[in-house]
Amino acid sequence: MDSLIPPPIRRIAVDESPTTVAPPPADERRPDGEANGHRAGMFGTPTPRARSGRPGVERMRTERLTIAYGEKVAVNSVSLPVRQGEILALIGPSGCGKTTFLRSLNRLIELTPNATRQGRITLDSGDVDALEVTELRRRVTMVFQQPNPFPMSIFDNIAYGLREQGSSRPGRAELEPAVVDALERAGLFGEVSENLEHAALRLSGGQQQRLCIARALAVRPEVLLLDEPCSALDPRSTARIEDLLVKLRDDVAIVIVTHNLQQAYRIADHVAFMYLGELVEYAPTDQVFGAPRHERTKDYVSGGFG
Amino acid sequence: MGSEAAAEALWGALIATQAPPRPGGAERTRPVESSASWPRVDRVGLALCWAAGMLLCLVAAGIVLYMLFKGLQYLRPGLLVERPVADPDQSKSGGFLDPLIGTVMLTGLGTAMAVPLGVATAIWLTEYGRPWWLARAVESGVEIVAGTPSIVLAIFGLLIFAQPLFAFLSFTAEGNAVFGRSFFNAAAMMSLIALPLVVGATREALQSIPSHIREASYALGKTKAATIRRILLPAVRPGIGTGAALGMGRIAGDTAIVIGLLGATLQIERVDGPPVIDVLRGTGSTLTSYVYNNSPSGEGNAPEKAYAAAFVLLVVVVALNFGVDLLSRRRKLPAWTR
Repeated sequence: MDSLIPPPIRRIAVDESPTTVAPPPADERRPDGEANGHRAGMFGTPTPRARSGRPGVERMRTERLTIAYGEKVAVNSVSLPVRQGEILALIGPSGCGKTTFLRSLNRLIELTPNATRQGRITLDSGDVDALEVTELRRRVTMVFQQPNPFPMSIFDNIAYGLREQGSSRPGRAELEPAVVDALERAGLFGEVSENLEHAALRLSGGQQQRLCIARALAVRPEVLLLDEPCSALDPRSTARIEDLLVKLRDDVAIVIVTHNLQQAYRIADHVAFMYLGELVEYAPTDQVFGAPRHERTKDYVSGGFG
Repeated sequence: MGSEAAAEALWGALIATQAPPRPGGAERTRPVESSASWPRVDRVGLALCWAAGMLLCLVAAGIVLYMLFKGLQYLRPGLLVERPVADPDQSKSGGFLDPLIGTVMLTGLGTAMAVPLGVATAIWLTEYGRPWWLARAVESGVEIVAGTPSIVLAIFGLLIFAQPLFAFLSFTAEGNAVFGRSFFNAAAMMSLIALPLVVGATREALQSIPSHIREASYALGKTKAATIRRILLPAVRPGIGTGAALGMGRIAGDTAIVIGLLGATLQIERVDGPPVIDVLRGTGSTLTSYVYNNSPSGEGNAPEKAYAAAFVLLVVVVALNFGVDLLSRRRKLPAWTR
């Protein structure tokens, strides 16, 4: 193949058997030494967190999901599974539709006036369109790029999601155990246990982001979506959040959009590489980084473009 | 502020002066280029900008100092607590307790009407605003209200409130003629003066909240109503306060509506009814109408009283503006607004 001409984008049909990915054909596979050298050169010392050994339970799945903003197609016929017990990382250059895909999972994309969607999204085998959006979004919560705690106390930030919207509002005493539990799961309780009444916006950026994660965990979701949660944070805070996500993956299915390839390598169990709205490659992390089957994936993970 | 520095800069702009060479060592150029090198037209422009600012400072200082001088000259504490009496002899015509109470009441009542209405309008415009033509119509409506002279509002209010339908808001004379002038009616029209300011400040505050804050709330399964009530409204409270304080200043300073719709009676006149309601249905005056009725530039011939009352009014309005400043400066900007 002429290496100057990029190969056409090929989609992998993940519908049949998403977990088992056939090994790449022998003629496309690069020598092992080259693959290892390339990886070592890219990451310095690659230190992946422990990968999840067993295949997880599938919680969500998209089937031929297509999303367009007006005429412009942002996500083109993407089929992906989301499993509990695993972290799924979405990687790809800017504008490739990762965030759009993520936002469609909890139907947040429907707030964008000209966005249209085709294809099916299921949550525990039920179509998400059949669910009330408020219920769906309590089951599939989201953490954003910018730490965005609400301008209220730490306690109220967590309790906000827990309080029912009906006329009866549970009191502080009733909510306290759940709030403390959420803060503990997000690894923040030790730092803020003394001052739950302090304004959340006084926390540091990393603490704010963990507060946002705690807030999203408090409603006991089945799926947690994270849109570049560490891009505004320093490496130390990033590491804490990565540890946290790896700990959480057994309780909740995690989908993370990231521009940070090292991060995807460190924490993800499966990686989906998207390019121009297409799903180019979906495979276990080590395969995507070690032996990508597609030229574009290889280019991207080796910093070729993006 | 250093008016000397201002004058120096002014001259520096007009006359090309060289900075004196620094003793011992190489000459360092200024961090900002000197206007001395500018074309003449730019230098004249700069000088005019300085002059305009200085002129405004002088005018403001003139008003404040003049009122301070005149006001303190004629103001005695008794004027603040004595009720006004109609008497050609100025030593017996009392103080301006009633107008002072009238100003406070009318401002409070007008603001109390304007704030809920204005906040609701701003929320609908920013968070809903659909269909677009209706939103445009509401926007234009607010702008028209903002642009209407208060005397026009007063005449319009009189037209409306003199209808028998609104008789319960004011006093009905013999022969069933509705008087149409009362604290209620004046406050209702006054609220229209404050309304655009409340709408504007609240909208601005709402628009400064990034959309991902709203989305963060939706992403927790919250409804739009809950998001507005629990997240957006608390966040825009300083903005609402700013708008309300600006509106109060406008209400306290308005004269036309007081004369047209409050009756501008010297004392607060009650109309039959339960307490409080009888005052609100009755007529009265404010400091503005008191100044107008006493000053030679208006209808009266008691400049001392007018000066004293005008001074008190100025203090009230300046205090309100100062409060606005404090409120908008002290406003803590959450990290996500930066």
